[in-house]
Amino acid sequence: MATKASRSSARLMISPAVILLLGWMIIPLSMTIYFSFLRYNLLQPGSTPFAGWENYYWFFTDPSFSAAMVNTLVLVTGVLTITTIGGICFALLLDRPMFGQGIIRIMVIAPFFVMPTVSGLVWKNMFMNPVNGIFGRIAGALGMQPVDFFGQIPMASIILIVSWMWLPFATLILLTALQSLDQEQLEAAEMDGASWPNRFWFIMLPHMARAITVVILIQTIFLLSIFAEILVTTNGGPGVATTNLTYLIYVSSLLQYDVGIGSAGGVVAIILANIVAFFLMRMIGKNLDA
Amino acid sequence: MARAISTKSKMFNTATAGTLGFLMFFPILWILILSFKTEEDAIRAPLEVLFSSDWTTESYGAVQARSDYFKHFMNSVTISVGSTLLGLLIAIPAAWAMAFVPAKRTKDVLMWMLSTKMLPPVGVLIPIYLIFRDFGLLDTRVGLTFVLMMINLPIIIWMLYTYFKEIPGEILEAARMDGATLREEVIYVLTPMAIPGMASTVLLNIILAWNEAFWSLQLTSSNAAPLTQFIASYSSPEGLFYAKLSAASIMAIAPILIMGWFSQKQLVRGLTFGAVK
Amino acid sequence: MKLRTAMLAGSALVSAVATSAIAEEITIATVNNADMIVMQKLAPKWEEATGNTINWVVLEENVLRQRTTTDIATGGGSFDIMFIGAYETPIWGAKGWLTPLDDFADDADYDLEDIFQLVRNGLSADGHLYAVPLYSETSFTFYRTDVFEKAGVEAPTEQITYDAFAELVAKVHDPENGVYGTCQRGKAGWGENMAFIGPLANAFGAKWFDMDWQPQLDSEEWNNAITYYVDLMNNYGPPGASANGHNENRALFKDGKCATWVDATSAANDVRNPKTSTVADVTDFFQAPKQVTSNGTGWFWSWALAIPASSQKADVAKDFLKWGTSKEYYEMVGETEGWVAVPSGTRASVHEDPRLLEAAPFAETIKNAIFSVDPANPTRDPVPYTGVQFVAIPEFQGIGNYVGQQIAAALTGQATVEEALANSQKFAVREMTKAGYIK
Repeated sequence: MATKASRSSARLMISPAVILLLGWMIIPLSMTIYFSFLRYNLLQPGSTPFAGWENYYWFFTDPSFSAAMVNTLVLVTGVLTITTIGGICFALLLDRPMFGQGIIRIMVIAPFFVMPTVSGLVWKNMFMNPVNGIFGRIAGALGMQPVDFFGQIPMASIILIVSWMWLPFATLILLTALQSLDQEQLEAAEMDGASWPNRFWFIMLPHMARAITVVILIQTIFLLSIFAEILVTTNGGPGVATTNLTYLIYVSSLLQYDVGIGSAGGVVAIILANIVAFFLMRMIGKNLDA
Repeated sequence: MARAISTKSKMFNTATAGTLGFLMFFPILWILILSFKTEEDAIRAPLEVLFSSDWTTESYGAVQARSDYFKHFMNSVTISVGSTLLGLLIAIPAAWAMAFVPAKRTKDVLMWMLSTKMLPPVGVLIPIYLIFRDFGLLDTRVGLTFVLMMINLPIIIWMLYTYFKEIPGEILEAARMDGATLREEVIYVLTPMAIPGMASTVLLNIILAWNEAFWSLQLTSSNAAPLTQFIASYSSPEGLFYAKLSAASIMAIAPILIMGWFSQKQLVRGLTFGAVK
Repeated sequence: MKLRTAMLAGSALVSAVATSAIAEEITIATVNNADMIVMQKLAPKWEEATGNTINWVVLEENVLRQRTTTDIATGGGSFDIMFIGAYETPIWGAKGWLTPLDDFADDADYDLEDIFQLVRNGLSADGHLYAVPLYSETSFTFYRTDVFEKAGVEAPTEQITYDAFAELVAKVHDPENGVYGTCQRGKAGWGENMAFIGPLANAFGAKWFDMDWQPQLDSEEWNNAITYYVDLMNNYGPPGASANGHNENRALFKDGKCATWVDATSAANDVRNPKTSTVADVTDFFQAPKQVTSNGTGWFWSWALAIPASSQKADVAKDFLKWGTSKEYYEMVGETEGWVAVPSGTRASVHEDPRLLEAAPFAETIKNAIFSVDPANPTRDPVPYTGVQFVAIPEFQGIGNYVGQQIAAALTGQATVEEALANSQKFAVREMTKAGYIK
């Protein structure tokens, strides 16, 4: 049905986006790759001799590297698990008839609008501070030792903060999916004597499958590069307990000013992200088949 | 075939959902309360904070005295709206072409676009910083607008694409039969049908751009600094500062929160990414 | 295509607005320490007098360092004036990244000679002055006279050992009444926890590098020092100490939560200021403790104003620098904020001012403490570097930050002291090898 003319005009219409994105990807990326082969420290300007694979060697042997990989994985899967399961529960709950649904929904989605720096600072100071924070006060009132969140359970604290921000997003998408479910189908199943777990497992969950993959895809994109929350709360510590890959690259390129190693890290992260992207795309691509 | 729902179960649902909703909302509510307290009251035990009778707006005054809120606010508005509109301008033709003139590689192109979003920004900061320095774009709104447009472009294209896909092709064909040009087709037929989808795309991207905290902190310092920079100056305490931090936080998130609430119907309606058929 | 044209026009308009900056608008990057906040408060007077305007960029210390270093090293030119310290100034100055301020000596009104020689030396490289100080500091011990009295403890008059200090802290530790025995920095960062730990390690006889630049972090001395630190903080420190930097501890101390605190002398005017502190009249000071040696037991630092070489507005910036560190400026702080709030450790004339001596009798103690610091001999054993709480080489920031993180991990129990120091040693060896100091 598409004519030759419309094909070429389509190509014309798509080209600005493609060219811009290509440029956006290629120009900095090729500079990053170039830098990753130089001995280039911001604090030692002047000569930037060719360094071969040296920077990659230093990056891979960085004692923080394996920890950062594990932390990234823990952070992403932790938040994904909490938000997906929590989102399904919230969606199921909000889908039920109740009073004041509008108000409740407004309250549930609010955290999604909060900027990461603000939520990091607010949780750190007003809630998780062991002396003056609310949790510390409550523990004190109950006669318990207050929890030093960022000292004792740093990663769990970060996961909690990030999940708080992303749970509304998962809830919204899953709720919309759930609401589009054909009620008659559900009622028919109920009449046939299907129990609620069965209805959930065989009707609702498959119906939400697409939405769940979308939630996972979008969140993964954002969670892989979590940065601000870590910067304002733990600075990657204590030790390297909350250093994810993004933060490690930040440390080497901007706190140690070693652009060469930071770039090598950037290249590694880009390759890893693309591997993740590849698998996610296959999964979502199948599910989305456009 | 409506079912009768007992008021009792409705009450139960309301109570459960209400409690959970309140818990989700509580941190925001709490900083709203603290922002109207004196610094001395703000660090008291939670119940004492609630029942201390002094309410004051002095923290807002102190925050404003320190950095000009309106300037940062205008920067945030300009940058988030600007990057979204600019992105829309580029994304609409691309999404249109992919949705209505699909080629063999369309899906690959779309997936590739989305994968560019996965590049960790830190990995390319120094190159971008150097390019910006050479083009004099550091600390300019144009520079930041462009960067935020680029990082959100894949999302915009994808969202628009999924909406366009849902528009039945027959309508377009009918328009074409009637002799509509491509331009007329886009403006008079397609756009009105895609308005809800575009509305939610715009809203989501304004939110994302408003809250973006890596590039905006690295590439701006003062002239183009948006509200993320405004709040960053409170990341280290100075004496008692809970009330001031709360006030600054409320000032930074209030505009987008209010916009989000008022437009939540539009936002939610379109926020499906093609996940709902 | 009307829409597109309109939008392009719109974006062009945005760019026009964004690039047409007013000629005399300068951007200053600063931390939010109390003395800088006072400067922000008073700066409108300079703006009125000169017609120029100032954009303040206020950032947390670690972030400020990262932003300013990135900008100055790439020649970004985002800032016209930066607050930097005794560590960066000589290194950056030697690289030609800062505008020399030697012509300040020609200004009789400014009277450069009035600024302590020691401080000027710390802010110079190769005989050129690259920054002017707002204040300088060493470290000493803040203590609460009321708490000491209640516990029946005498404040020491001579320099005591850290062991004696720990005994003293144990006696005044009273968490039931909300007073912790001691507050020390725990927040990771070379300018945060390492500022306290550096002198502590010096006292225990430790050093960063030996004469061949071999890192010494796995030595017995470091182990003793860090074990002492972790025990002290876990037994007598406030909860959540690993998140506390200078400003956090200052807030805790001013709020009456700490009995002792070894930190910057420059915090004294704020802590003793009844307007800003609840413990103003019950705070006094004694020397920072020693252990096996008293070399390098008090740090040296100064926060100073410098102009990046990439600034296009150096003349206006210089004018502000002169204003902000002039005799008149300190006088103005004295008149508006009270003489107790005047920044210390820079100008001889300020330290001799009777108004200051009356409001802040401790000013003399501070001056003497600063004069007793010898950055060239910071340790028990000879070392190839200068600097008390830092090592004046560019690589130190990265190493110091990493070691700081490891010690924070040891403090929270995420790692043992041995693990933390072994990791630190490995990292330091890596960095020094990378930089070519050692093979």
